[in-house]
Formats: sequence, structure tokens, C-alpha cells
Amino acid sequence: MTIPLLQVENLRKYFPIRGGVLQRVVNNLKAVDGISFDVQAGEVVGLVGESGSGKTTVGRTILRLEDATDGAVRFGGTNVMCLGASDMRAYRKRMQIIFQDPYASLNPREKVRDILVHPLKLHQIGHSSEHEDRAAALLEKVGLSRDHLDRFPHEFSGGQRQRIGIARALAVEPEFIVADEPVSALDVSIQAQVINLLDDLRSDLDLTMLFIAHDLGVVEHICDRVIVMYLGRVMEIASTADLYARPNHPYTQALLSAVPIPEPGKRRNRVILKGDIPSPISPPSGCVFRTRCPIATNDCANITPELKTVGEGQASACIHTT
Amino acid sequence: MAHDTLAPPKGTPLLDVSGLQTSFDLSKKLSIKAVDGVSFQVHAGETLAIVGESGSGKSVTSLSIMGLLPKDIGRVSAGSIKLEGREITQLSDAEMREIRGKEIGMIFQEPMTSLNPVLTIGQQIAEMVIRHQKLSKAKARARAIEMLELVGIPEPATRVDNYPHEMSGGMRQRAMIAMALACEPRILIADEPTTALDVTIQAQMLELMKDLQDKLGMAIIFITHDLGVVAEVADRVVVMYGAQVVETASVEDIFRNPRMPYTAGLMNSIPRLGSSINKKRLEAIPGTVPALTSLPDGCRFHPRCAHAASICKTNLPELEDAGAGHMIRCMRWRELSLNERQAS
Repeated sequence: MTIPLLQVENLRKYFPIRGGVLQRVVNNLKAVDGISFDVQAGEVVGLVGESGSGKTTVGRTILRLEDATDGAVRFGGTNVMCLGASDMRAYRKRMQIIFQDPYASLNPREKVRDILVHPLKLHQIGHSSEHEDRAAALLEKVGLSRDHLDRFPHEFSGGQRQRIGIARALAVEPEFIVADEPVSALDVSIQAQVINLLDDLRSDLDLTMLFIAHDLGVVEHICDRVIVMYLGRVMEIASTADLYARPNHPYTQALLSAVPIPEPGKRRNRVILKGDIPSPISPPSGCVFRTRCPIATNDCANITPELKTVGEGQASACIHTT
Repeated sequence: MAHDTLAPPKGTPLLDVSGLQTSFDLSKKLSIKAVDGVSFQVHAGETLAIVGESGSGKSVTSLSIMGLLPKDIGRVSAGSIKLEGREITQLSDAEMREIRGKEIGMIFQEPMTSLNPVLTIGQQIAEMVIRHQKLSKAKARARAIEMLELVGIPEPATRVDNYPHEMSGGMRQRAMIAMALACEPRILIADEPTTALDVTIQAQMLELMKDLQDKLGMAIIFITHDLGVVAEVADRVVVMYGAQVVETASVEDIFRNPRMPYTAGLMNSIPRLGSSINKKRLEAIPGTVPALTSLPDGCRFHPRCAHAASICKTNLPELEDAGAGHMIRCMRWRELSLNERQAS
């Protein structure tokens, strides 16, 4: 097996909570609490979970948009957590992000030309005389045209703005992209366009992607493997086909059964979870999912389950499943 | 939310919206029709889903029914809305206040912005029942606790004194439902009530609304863009595009046999569970949703339609009855056969 492009090892991100007169750290919000996974070159890995599961923080920490509390992120074998600012710049060129909200992630005062040329200047890619042609080529790659270079973001629809966000991420020819909920802010008829675009770019450019989303239908469509997170921990990792056909962890099972199916009259045996996701400030002892788990026992409060292999390429963190 | 209703139910409808037109004056010269000739009926115990994308007019339709259009710029400019035979578009603010909450309950997408942050949940529910049912303060508080229990909030006697910020998102949405149903309205209008929620909480809410409908027998108008949710809750479906109704039918008909190209396009563009076994490219609808300030001539969907002919560019089709309550707005519906979905 080749060395994975991305190796995440025991990653933790705690946000301190300060209190009292002296603003001392009184507690920690454990957004990401010790997670590990690999991404092979050319692979699209999905990261799913409910709001508050820590999936966005994982993406941001890998790119060092947040500093990790502990753990390592190896990119091509190098631990990027230890790099200084100038070494990190070289890695930023190789790792890019597509944001969720195309209305908030583009500077409203910049023309599309500047939005796309900035990263080229910053990373000193090509001669400045070529930049305009490169920007135009990027627009064409994402289904827009050269005529759009002199327009401002507000002149575009949501779907078109997301295309510009994708073009910006692709400008520096990255090897790895974190896509953080890239279609969830778009209208239904536009979502499919952007999903198809990502599919095409992926095969044309051989992109490696971490695809963060809460829509399980979209994730199944686009990802090769899926990581299921809950309250800062990994519950299950498996190939997409295995995860959707044979979910092992009770949380994965509940999550999948909750997705409404667009076929009237088709009812499944739905596992309805009680209550809400607990606060990451005081997570439950043992298994973090036990407070909502339909098969939890007393042991679940005492034993913190490790990820164990339950099938070829499938691992699950539950003491009750095999 | 039974799935056995094929033809529209008989008898006087609870709510009868007919030729509704809602205009917004954007400036002295420019006025747009955010709702343009919309008609539908809702019967007791029935769930009607209104499906559409942003700018389709689905939310403005619900605001028009509730009399909550922004005062200075929005108005119902034509058509009628009848609640049990009584015209409500001409009512005064005071008369409308008597109807809202009592006859028509409402749930919005964002519980945090629709609850009052400086009043406890109990005070907000009590305010409703004191106004509409003239209960005493003590009885109103008891009613608030009873409602919180009904919607499945644990320890309702303690939670009744919570402020909205002390509750989680799912709990707040339950509190909203409790408030909307406190006066036992005949109709509940739910505008994207589960869109901001996680799937596990969404499943709880849909289950809860189904239970409450069975218990209280109210009609529900469910506004959403999520076709999965529609399939789960609706008896009948109204599809809106460019401020107009483009197709309406029973939930079975609309999913198995969509006959307007936009509806069929929506059905084919959503990634469904099971796609990893049988990987197919999504059939996206090209182009974007038109702005109401620059609607195309002819059929409003024709610039994005794979089946558009020259007649579609000039003639705006009427909503035509194809039988069994299936209404279609398309010049070519008689000749097109749009990919009939297999019943499974």
C-alpha cells in the first residue's frame, strides 16, 4: 500500500472556556477529541455527522485555519502542525478549501478577476502577464466564461458564486481540497449542477478531497469512503458501499434510517433517537453516544470504545457490535 | 398524513385559496408579483405540501394567508382566501389577530428568531391562550405545561420557566409547535419547519407532527424544498415555480408520474440513498431560478426546459386538468412522456 497523502493522527482541538474575574480557563469545549484517519491520493472521503459533531473543526484544523491542541497531520509524510509560517506557505498552496456559504466567502468589493488572480500572485505562480488567461481558463473549467472576469460577486446567483469559490480553490493547482458543505446553501435544482461539476473536476484533475456534509444522499453519491463523527469522535469508518449497505455502529444506523426517502408510501423501520446531541463541554463518560443509543448498557458508561475492525476496510467504535 | 387519498377530498374545504395574487412595490415605478394567480384547497385532516425553490413564491403565499405581508410594500392585489367560506383578505388587523393563532397556527424555519428572547416559553404560550381562550393566568400556565408535555419536552413543569436560549435547537422547535397548537387551530402552516435541523431531530419532528395531526385532526400546509420530506408527510402536493403553480397532484401521482418538466427535473436531480450501488450522473436542471423582476416571456420555465418548443417561448400555458385532480402547466404535456418512475 502506498503512503497516504493525508494522515491524521490522534487529532484534538479544545476550545478553552474562560470564567471568573481573572478569566482563567475553567473548562474545555472538546470539539475534536482524538480522531485518526488516512486519505489516499485520488480518494474522496466524506466526513458526516450532526451539527456539533466537530466535522467542520476537523477540516479547519487540518488546514491550520485553527491550531490543533494535540495530534499530528501528515501531508505527504510531513507533519504540517510543526511547520513555521514560511514553510507552511508552501503547503497552503497544496491544500485548499471550498466554503459552505458562497455569499459570505467572496469579497464583495473584488472583481472576479482579482479573486482568482490573488492566490496566483501570493504563491508566485506564472508571470503576471499570464494571470488573466489563467483566471479565464479557471472560469471556463467551472462552467463560467471569460466575460465574467470583470463582474462583482453580487452579480452572480448562489450556484455561480459557488463555482467562483471552486475556481479560487483550484487556482493554485492544489493536491488536496477540503470541501466544507459545498452544496448545502444552494437551491435543489442548482445542487446537482455543482455536484456534477465536482465529479468532473475530480476525474479530470485527479483531486483528493475531504468532503464535509450532513446530507447523506450527497455524500453517498460523491465519496469513496465515509467517516461518521459524533461529539468529536469517530464512530465508524467504511467504504461508501459498505457503510450504506451494512452500517455497523448504532449511530450510523440511526442516522441512515432518519433520512427521508423521496418515494411515497415507502416506510422503513426507523430508529428515532431520543433527545439532542449532548454538550461537548461535558460529554458523557465512556461511549459519547450512549445517552441516545437504543442498545446502550451499563458497560457503555464505563468503557470508552476503540475503533475495531468489523469487516474489510470497515471499523466501528461500539462494544456491542461485531 | 394517510397515503390512500387519490382524488381530492369532497365537501367544503377548510381553506380555499383562489387566484391569489400578491404584489410587492419595490419602488414607485417597479412592482412585482411574488404570487401570481395561485389556487389550492386544503381539507380537514389533510396535509398539503407546497414545494419550490427560493423565489418561487411559496413563503409569500403562506404570509398572504396569515396576513403577515410587510405593511408598506406588500399586498394581496387580486384573488381570494376563504377560511371555512369566510373571506379573510379584506379583514382588519384586529380581526386577523383573532384568526392567527386561534384558527391558523404557524411554525417557522428559525425557532430562535421567531420566539421572544425576553419571555419564558411558558409566558409565550400563556399569552396566546389568555388572548384567545380567555383563560385565567393560573389556568394558562397549566395549559402551557400540558402543551409542552404533549410535544414531548421532558420535565415540562420546570421547562415552562426556561427562556428560549436555555433550550437546544430541537427543544425550541418543539416549543414552537406547542405554541402554535395551544389554541387547537384548524390549520397549521409550517414553513420549512425542519430545514435548519439535523436529520435525527427532523425525524423526531415529523413523527411528532404526524401524531399531533392524528390526535387533533388539523390540516397542515407544509412548505418545503425537500422532496424526501414531502414524500413522507404529504397527501397532496403543489409545485411552484416563478410565482405560479406549475403542477399539483396527489403525492403518489407527483412522484410516480410527474408531468411538468420542472417537477420531473427536480425528481431526477436529487441524489438518492442507494447511489453507491448503481452510480449514475445526476440529471441537473441547467441555468438558474429566474428573478421575479426579469421573468421570461412565455412559459416561465422554458429557458431551462429540455423539452421547450417555439410555442413555449411565446405562450404562457394555463394550468390544465389532466384528470383525478392532477393539474399541469405546460404547453406540451399531452405529447410528452417524461420518464415515468417505477413504483417500488
